[in-house]
Amino acid sequence: MLLTLTTTHRPATDLGHLLVKHPDRVQSFDLPAGTAHVFYPEADEARCTAALLVEVDPLKLGGGRGRRQSTAPEGFTLGQYVNDRPYAASSLLSSALTKVFRSALRGESRDRPELAATDLPLTVRVPVLRCRGGAELAVRVFAPLGWTVTATPVPLDETYPDWGDSRYVDLTLSGTLRLADALNHLYVLLPVLDDAKHYWVAPDEVDKLLRAGSGWLADHPERGLITRRYLAHRRALAGAALARLAELRLADEPPADDSVDPGTAGDAPAGDADPRRASLAVRRREAVLAALRDSGASRVLDLGCGGGALLTALAADRRFTEVVGVDVADRSLAMAARRLRLDRLPERQRDRIHLRQSALTYRDDRLRGYDAAVLMEVVEHLDPPRLPALEDAVFGHARPGTVVVTTPNVEYNVRYEGLGPGRFRHADHRFEWTRAEFAAWVTRVAAAHGYTATIGGVGDDDPEVGTPTQLAIFTRDDRTEETSR
Amino acid sequence: MTVLDIPELALVALVGVSGAGKSTFARRHFAPSQVLSSDMFRGLVADDENDQSASADAFDALHHVAGIRLRRGRLTVVDATNLQPHARAGLIRVAREHDVLPVAIVLDVPETVAWERTEARADRTHGRQVLTRMRRDLRQSYGRLAREGFRKVHVLHGVEEIDAAEVRYEKLFNDRRELTGPFDIVGDVHGCRAELEALLSRLGYALRRDDAGRPVDASHPAGRTAVFVGDLVDRGPDSPGVLRLVMGMVAAGHAICVPGNHEQKLLRKLRGRDVRLTHGLAETMAQLAAEPAEFVAGAEAFIDGLVSHYVLDGGRLVVAHAGLKEAYHGRASGRVRSFALYGETTGETDEYGLPVRYPWARDYRGSAMVVYGHTPTPEPEWVNNTICLDTGCVFGGTLTALRYPEKELVAVPAEREWYAPARPLVPPAPARPDTVLDVADVTGRRHLTHAYGSLTVPAENAAAALEVMSRYALDPGRLVWLPPTMAPCSTSTVAGFLEHPAQAFADYRAAGADRVVCEDKHMGSRAVVLVEREPGRFGGGAVHTRTGRPFFGPPLDDELLARVRAAVTTAGLWAELDTDWLLLDTELLPWSAKAGGLIREQYASVGAAGRAALPAVLATLDAAAGRGLPVDGLRARMAERAAEVTAYSAAYRAYVGPTDGLRGVTLAPFAVLAGAGTSYADRDHGWHLALADRLRTADPEFFTPTRRLVVELADEAAVSAATDWWLTLTAAGGEGMVVKPYAGLAARSPKGSLLQPGIKCRGREYLRIIYGPGYTEPAQLAALRKRSLGRKRGLALREHGLGLAALDALAEDAPLWRRHELVFAILACESEPVDPRL
Repeated sequence: MLLTLTTTHRPATDLGHLLVKHPDRVQSFDLPAGTAHVFYPEADEARCTAALLVEVDPLKLGGGRGRRQSTAPEGFTLGQYVNDRPYAASSLLSSALTKVFRSALRGESRDRPELAATDLPLTVRVPVLRCRGGAELAVRVFAPLGWTVTATPVPLDETYPDWGDSRYVDLTLSGTLRLADALNHLYVLLPVLDDAKHYWVAPDEVDKLLRAGSGWLADHPERGLITRRYLAHRRALAGAALARLAELRLADEPPADDSVDPGTAGDAPAGDADPRRASLAVRRREAVLAALRDSGASRVLDLGCGGGALLTALAADRRFTEVVGVDVADRSLAMAARRLRLDRLPERQRDRIHLRQSALTYRDDRLRGYDAAVLMEVVEHLDPPRLPALEDAVFGHARPGTVVVTTPNVEYNVRYEGLGPGRFRHADHRFEWTRAEFAAWVTRVAAAHGYTATIGGVGDDDPEVGTPTQLAIFTRDDRTEETSR
Repeated sequence: MTVLDIPELALVALVGVSGAGKSTFARRHFAPSQVLSSDMFRGLVADDENDQSASADAFDALHHVAGIRLRRGRLTVVDATNLQPHARAGLIRVAREHDVLPVAIVLDVPETVAWERTEARADRTHGRQVLTRMRRDLRQSYGRLAREGFRKVHVLHGVEEIDAAEVRYEKLFNDRRELTGPFDIVGDVHGCRAELEALLSRLGYALRRDDAGRPVDASHPAGRTAVFVGDLVDRGPDSPGVLRLVMGMVAAGHAICVPGNHEQKLLRKLRGRDVRLTHGLAETMAQLAAEPAEFVAGAEAFIDGLVSHYVLDGGRLVVAHAGLKEAYHGRASGRVRSFALYGETTGETDEYGLPVRYPWARDYRGSAMVVYGHTPTPEPEWVNNTICLDTGCVFGGTLTALRYPEKELVAVPAEREWYAPARPLVPPAPARPDTVLDVADVTGRRHLTHAYGSLTVPAENAAAALEVMSRYALDPGRLVWLPPTMAPCSTSTVAGFLEHPAQAFADYRAAGADRVVCEDKHMGSRAVVLVEREPGRFGGGAVHTRTGRPFFGPPLDDELLARVRAAVTTAGLWAELDTDWLLLDTELLPWSAKAGGLIREQYASVGAAGRAALPAVLATLDAAAGRGLPVDGLRARMAERAAEVTAYSAAYRAYVGPTDGLRGVTLAPFAVLAGAGTSYADRDHGWHLALADRLRTADPEFFTPTRRLVVELADEAAVSAATDWWLTLTAAGGEGMVVKPYAGLAARSPKGSLLQPGIKCRGREYLRIIYGPGYTEPAQLAALRKRSLGRKRGLALREHGLGLAALDALAEDAPLWRRHELVFAILACESEPVDPRL
């Protein structure tokens, strides 16, 4: 990976004094992941360019599990097979900057102290920088610091023009700044744009960030994004850093939202950002709870409990003497356990709550004998050919007294801006039903398994397209229970 | 000498005072592992064999272990005083829970002897009065043991008799594992004598008649044995005639018979009990009234002597009138007998007033075949290796027999409806009830044994597979096989190569193979194609990936299947292979058709970064060189990297092809895995590839041929030619080749172990997209050569064995749970952490 730094200050070769690297020499420095080389492709009175070339040793870089040499956390390398780290600017380049240009970063110069404190005409070029959020984000983070930014997207493959641009930009910054500021901007912002770190982010990174960001980060309009990304999305660290930044500011404003990549923000799913939908999620949960209370159930199953949003509400209501969360994904159950603080609950409360891994396409004897079961936003995550297996497992085998099912109403999707025609509300939805389709399914399942069902909705009832969420309550008809199986 | 008869499976309670010699007796007659002593359990829970305060816990533990042993079918001896009714009641309960017979052996020695022995032991500190109390309890026990439920009570008096006693094991009545058949198992006859005669004749039996022309025996020239599942009598026109024939066959050793609920009821009537003359009993009684008294007495004795179920053929076959769940096989208790006679009912009655039966067969997971009757159905249907043969002959249906082990059904129609059914004949459960799977079939730590080996699937791997299987994979009915992972050849030492044919050939030579086939390793995506001639049991078929996901999704997969179906038809393979479905192992080309996203996101991205960075680096270095700076070495290295990136880009671009829907897509089949009733794992690869070629001939546009070369490993010239072939293939952008034992999928080494079904040998350029553009640099290559293949090879063989077993299970039409268990295990194996670059 390459970075060049050019000045047209006269004499331009003073750059060598500031960087403490002689323009007529080629110098190399060992780095944990390779070697840094510093040399000057041009150096005369009018114009001087220093080049920092990091020669990455792929053997010292992560790549593939089971490699002992691998030190980089997952996510830094592009993939487990091949990766772009030898070519694209990243936190490796920042490490090289601190190693090679240590005094210049601090703004110190033995030979030219006044020059180090002077704004100089500078041009920085990084030919390949992975830029999560696109060229536009590069402008947003560098422009407020006084840089003129040119970020040209690199095509993905010139052989296949229809593939469009890659995630890389060819970045050129020009401006008149102190060299130390320029280097600190690069030190912080190159990994921020790359949005990955080649090392584990420890709490001392907060100090490093505040030191490098001294004088410019506290007032930066994107300080929220910069802090979160720099601290590798570790929320506790980012919170600490933002709090300390706030103290440095005269006027405290809410931190700007990192709206560029909601997927990596580690917050709630993107959909919840829409206040209308957030309220729908809450209303849906309330509707399900109300249905369970009306049924008089005390032992309930939350089938497909996910991270435990409904479980928390169920656990909070003492009328439910046993609450069982069921999900097929171990990750979800672990998340639910954390959310419920299961390890910290007193024993009597803990005994009310159980988490079980199971799949709704299989019968599971452990799920028999409950008063009620909830399938909240679950059925639409199954391929339609697998639905009969779910019907058998839930209505045929587990046979709770009450089953509450919610699922999106696809007709309502036209009311969502930005949801194109034929698109579902969630990438994993295998289908979304119209009201008629849902009603047909409910009627058939109820008849086949000896239940009586009522259908309703959750959310504002639109006169044309109905409610955004459909809801059905199945009640087992005990008189026909046994003959129907 | 006293001989103590003990059932082979029993719970034996030793009864005697302290010092009676129970432990010595147990040691002499039983294996140490069979004996559970209260002393030992007190020691286990309290570190002190004499700590009486630990007795309650000790007995809890003892009963628990005894229960587990009995569940597993192990004879268990309890060495405790067992002098008090409550102590014995615990043992009776454990025995009943596991449907084994409780047996008591009482050791009665004079009190003086017991006291001497007690005094001789330093750890026994109780006084004489305790012993006296024990003696009193023992005396009181004598009369109670049989009443308490002990089915056998052996009493040994005095030291001499105890020392001279011998234990002799007796088989349970239902244990006829030594009978291996072949059998003809006949369903419910219900007095339909004429139909029974017709059926036996159809089965090849010769009838013997008495002077009155009535059949009194039937024998098969090939020595086959008839097995009657009970309900010989009631409703039909000639129950005495049926009894006469069956009794004769059983007496002559030509048949065995289990009782049905109708025999049971008839027996009670004949014994003078108050039994309602319903469900056809009235007809039987009327018919018997015309028979001489000795015939009726003979029938009564015959029925009384019937054993409620039989375990036959080494445990592979179980016959009971109403079926039998696995836990009851070979067990003896009232509820086992009741299940065998009446089945399991839910305790309710249906709208016709008949008891609602619990569909036990749907939950059946045993390996023994269970053949039964009792519930009339229009057609016999296999459900989880069980079958009901009652096809309602007396109601005007058919009388059915099952030939065992052939699994062939033979039926004769009823002459007429002899009796009107109380409810119409309907299947007892929804169609194909064995499509229902239980999560317990696949989850948890599981040990699997199959014809090609055994393995343990860790619970966490099963958990990971459960998510993939339930959220993304095809429905288990159509997911009949998954391709095993494939190991690469041993790492090459040839300069510049990580993988080289020489190693692949050496690997097979070392494993004992003499003839291999080298097949072009198409660079596409693995696609397993299950194609049906017309929609049937597989709904037309499916195309899926190596993890069981539908390949493209509904419309395109259907289109693809239609194309394959048409080619199979054109090639005439349906008739030739006598099948209406085929399972094909194929590669779908180009790679970009399925993996376009991966290529763009991963491979092309790296290429883009490299192609943008390195020219800029070189230009900068050139400028520096122009200033006379010493950058030659660095520049040379960077130029080499630039060349590597160019080569790398060419490598991935070779696998990109324009596709639009199925346009541009081709399929390269290389193995025909299975068809109706057959696994083709035993066919050689010449056969597989010849069929693949015929598909290609049938539709040259859609099918891509697989280039191949057969190599005799002893022929150095052939080996060298194959190496050149590989070099040419890979130089032209080919991914490489797969070397397989020519003998086929199930090829074994001379020592009999399963060979790797294939070893991949990937091209030097292709490996750039696996190991990185610059992997050919000597330092990197040296590091990569340390790669370890053992884990991958082991995994490949385990998955391969499971796959072969899955194909066999498919051919045998094994129950879905068994087929799914095997396929699921393959997926679970894939959760093993193995270097994905191998």
